[in-house]
Amino acid sequence: MIESFADLAPILPELILLAFIILVMLTDLYVDERRRGILHGISIVGLVLTGVACIRGFEAGQSTEILGGLMVRDSIGDLLKVFILMITAIVLTYAKHSLRTHKLFVGEFYLLVLFAVLGMFLLVSSTNFIMLYLGLELLALSGYALVALDRDSPIASEAAMKYFVVGAIASGLLLYGMSILYGISGSLQIDEIATAVAYGQSKAVLAFALTFVIVGLAFKFGAVPFHMWIPDVYHGAPTASTVFIATAPKIAAIGMAYRLLPGALPSLSADWTEILALLALLSLLLGNFAAIAQTNLKRMLAYSTISHVGFLFLALLGGTADGYAAATFYALTYALMTAGAFGVIIALSRQGFAADQIDDYKGLNQRHPWLAFIMLLLMASLAGIPPLVGFFSKLLVLQNAVLAGYLWLAVVAAVCAVIGAFYYLRVIKVMYFDAPTREIEYSAPGDLKFVLGLNGLAQIALGLGWGPLVALCLLAWR
Amino acid sequence: MSQSLLTLLIFIPIIGGVLTVACGEQRHGLAKWLALATSILTLALCIPLWTGFDASIATMQFVEDYAWIEAFHIRYTLGVDGFALPLVILTAMITVLVLISAWEVIDKLVAQYFGVMLILEGFMIGVFCAMDAMLFYVFFEAMLIPMFLIIGIWGGPNRVYATIKFFLYTFLGSVFMLVGLIYLYLQTVATGDPSFAISSFQSMPLTMSAQVWLFFAFLMAFAVKIPMFPVHTWLPDAHVEAPTGGSMVLAAIMLKIGGYGFIRFSLPVTPDASADLAWLMVALSLIAVIYIGLVALAQQDMKKLIAYSSISHMGFVTLGLFIAIALAFGRTTLDAAHLAIQGAMVQMISHGFISAAMFAGVGVLYDRVHSREISAYGGVTNTMPWFAALMVFFAMANSGLPGTSGFVGEFMVILATYQANGWVAAGAALTLILGAAYTLWMVKRVFFGEVANQNVEQLKDINFRETVVLGSLAGMVLLIGLWPKPLIDVMQPSVEQLAHQMTINKVPRTIKPALAPSP
Repeated sequence: MIESFADLAPILPELILLAFIILVMLTDLYVDERRRGILHGISIVGLVLTGVACIRGFEAGQSTEILGGLMVRDSIGDLLKVFILMITAIVLTYAKHSLRTHKLFVGEFYLLVLFAVLGMFLLVSSTNFIMLYLGLELLALSGYALVALDRDSPIASEAAMKYFVVGAIASGLLLYGMSILYGISGSLQIDEIATAVAYGQSKAVLAFALTFVIVGLAFKFGAVPFHMWIPDVYHGAPTASTVFIATAPKIAAIGMAYRLLPGALPSLSADWTEILALLALLSLLLGNFAAIAQTNLKRMLAYSTISHVGFLFLALLGGTADGYAAATFYALTYALMTAGAFGVIIALSRQGFAADQIDDYKGLNQRHPWLAFIMLLLMASLAGIPPLVGFFSKLLVLQNAVLAGYLWLAVVAAVCAVIGAFYYLRVIKVMYFDAPTREIEYSAPGDLKFVLGLNGLAQIALGLGWGPLVALCLLAWR
Repeated sequence: MSQSLLTLLIFIPIIGGVLTVACGEQRHGLAKWLALATSILTLALCIPLWTGFDASIATMQFVEDYAWIEAFHIRYTLGVDGFALPLVILTAMITVLVLISAWEVIDKLVAQYFGVMLILEGFMIGVFCAMDAMLFYVFFEAMLIPMFLIIGIWGGPNRVYATIKFFLYTFLGSVFMLVGLIYLYLQTVATGDPSFAISSFQSMPLTMSAQVWLFFAFLMAFAVKIPMFPVHTWLPDAHVEAPTGGSMVLAAIMLKIGGYGFIRFSLPVTPDASADLAWLMVALSLIAVIYIGLVALAQQDMKKLIAYSSISHMGFVTLGLFIAIALAFGRTTLDAAHLAIQGAMVQMISHGFISAAMFAGVGVLYDRVHSREISAYGGVTNTMPWFAALMVFFAMANSGLPGTSGFVGEFMVILATYQANGWVAAGAALTLILGAAYTLWMVKRVFFGEVANQNVEQLKDINFRETVVLGSLAGMVLLIGLWPKPLIDVMQPSVEQLAHQMTINKVPRTIKPALAPSP
């Protein structure tokens, strides 16, 4: 167990994050509405310092057990954590403006986001089912509260309620699957479960447990048929909460998938690959077809997320290190694109005007060509048009699918990408081809404009220079 | 400079295009001059490319090779051979003319139009120069967004439908190629020399069934692009709705990328499948030549007529390429195959100039009368004699009159086809009648006869700007028609190499290609 402070060094990132959570909590008590911006500053500093701590300890192939084997500090966890922090920092910048315009600028938002980040940290580095579940619930509970942040909005309350009920059921199912595995192996340690499962267990029981575990996982990702919460949450929650829930947890979910599937159940890889392939197929089809019918941009992005989860699952087939590296790359680029798209929505929204109908973007190019161009880049990147980075992440996951022996699924996915292109193009069409019907105000604060510009240009920059990033992912996972 | 000439050719237009857009709509005068200067600079860079090109060897020249994504062995590899060089120069020429022809015509979002056109030029040159399959694919797909915007923003009334159709058709075609390229890459990984280089795909042994699948994957991409019957339906829509410049680029250059793809990928990477399926390709080409020719005859809209005429003419390109592979087997010499490939290439270049001229001509009329209907005109020659003279010349070229470039390519293809199968050749030769029929009938109805209405009466003849565009195109058509030797010479070693690649069996051949004559 813990014998000296030096033993705590590997969990320094978590400790720093926790310290800043407490700092935010205390500061919130003493600042009034006008000076609440300071909470934003503290949170960003906290994220940056945590990131520094993650990077400093990064060493490829190295893994250190901590807290008596409950958690592990390894390069995989560090990589995912750094990405989570990056995305969260971007999200907070967008969220600040949204919270202000919708009169929701409260300290609780920052607190809940930081708690969710802490939950994700525990999730991605757990080596024990209890720890994993703890992280998952910390993330989920913060998420429920974030969705319900605007308590006077009936639609937000409805979304939170749905999210909570479905989420609680999924957690329960996951817990049930874990308990069966505990019954088989007599242990909650992931490596011990892996050894126990590999030897002479009844296939039926294992398949039973595996199914429940995957249900929990699929819910977290939002894969069909466990996707129902996504459109409601995206549409109903305050945009500030949506942009967070839509992005960072997807990166964390890769860590969760890794700990649960190749980590705990490596001997069942053929079985879970098959199930994941089926979920990928369903997500790709439903996500893309349903998105076509949407007129609300947020709902469209929700179904687009479901289809991206389908693509992401292609990278998880086979459970190889290269596949997971591709998945990480995919999740990061997906998070950047989606955060950017929500950033544009936030930048255009005002008090009483959500800017979430696709028709609200009519003629944007004639009013604000730069903003329209950023949205063009984001949409084209989501559609997977080279040389934008969204194409290359699709390339990697398709490659993994072919490598895993799922050539047919790769072909289906490629066709789905074409279907998907249709609704992304429709946004471009509205912005560029239609005449403006009203004045569009673009009066976002400077930091948001700056980050949004970078976010858009990153689609090109990463598209041309994705080599180092993907090399980093491979380095961490191999 | 010659070490990075191709990079300059690709990125000068792209950077120039970005700067042009950045000028903004307030300074669109500056933007136009900046765009024109960029395109002329790009064309000027083609001079050292032409003079520095060694036409006696088949290897890639002006090669640049840098690692791009090392983890996946994707390289930034550029080079030109006898196939790519003429197409690069064609692209640079047409872009200059497109910008000139748009000078006073485009009246909204001017800076964006000129800028996007330049960016598109850079991508198209990139397609022709890419020697790495993934780099090729990146440029191939990247072209879609600028073209999507060109049709969608500056196009006609039904532009949204047309541009989305254009985008989805071509995108759907190319994703199959993407999966094919991934498959080929994973094959190279399995053999221990991972690479996306097109040359390593070309020399890779492949089983027959893999070749057939890959052949169809490539076919999906390139048949849509060129376009072949029955996946041609996007083209008339796109052409009709596109602005004049968009139609010119689409017809003159983009369609050629389909033909270029067959030359680069289908024929050398999957030679056995290509040979086995040559009958299918020849049949589809003949349908394009004859059936689409008949469809063109029935058109009331000038742009639609020229669009169908383009499909029909591109049928000669696919016919030439796939009759060549039939001719490459069971023969002592490859001369007939060479002739067919050369014919296809000459047809591509020639059609680039003729179709650009025809669309520019329709644009001239449309700018004055705002109608593309043939019936809205009549007796134009009375009010626009100079214009009528040029257009009659282009119409002759389009119907394959000897002395114009339109004749050279078609004649070479028919001549080669005759050596494989007389009936196919006879069918293809029908185009000389059909082409003349639909083109000249249109010319008759638009230009000759009495002045049809008041609009025609008030027409002013072409101004200096329009004369430059049409005149230089006429010059090129005549030059290639009378003296095609430099063009044929520059591609000769590459043609020979391709014909040789076609004869290399990747699998033991049990089935004789359907079209090969008995020895």
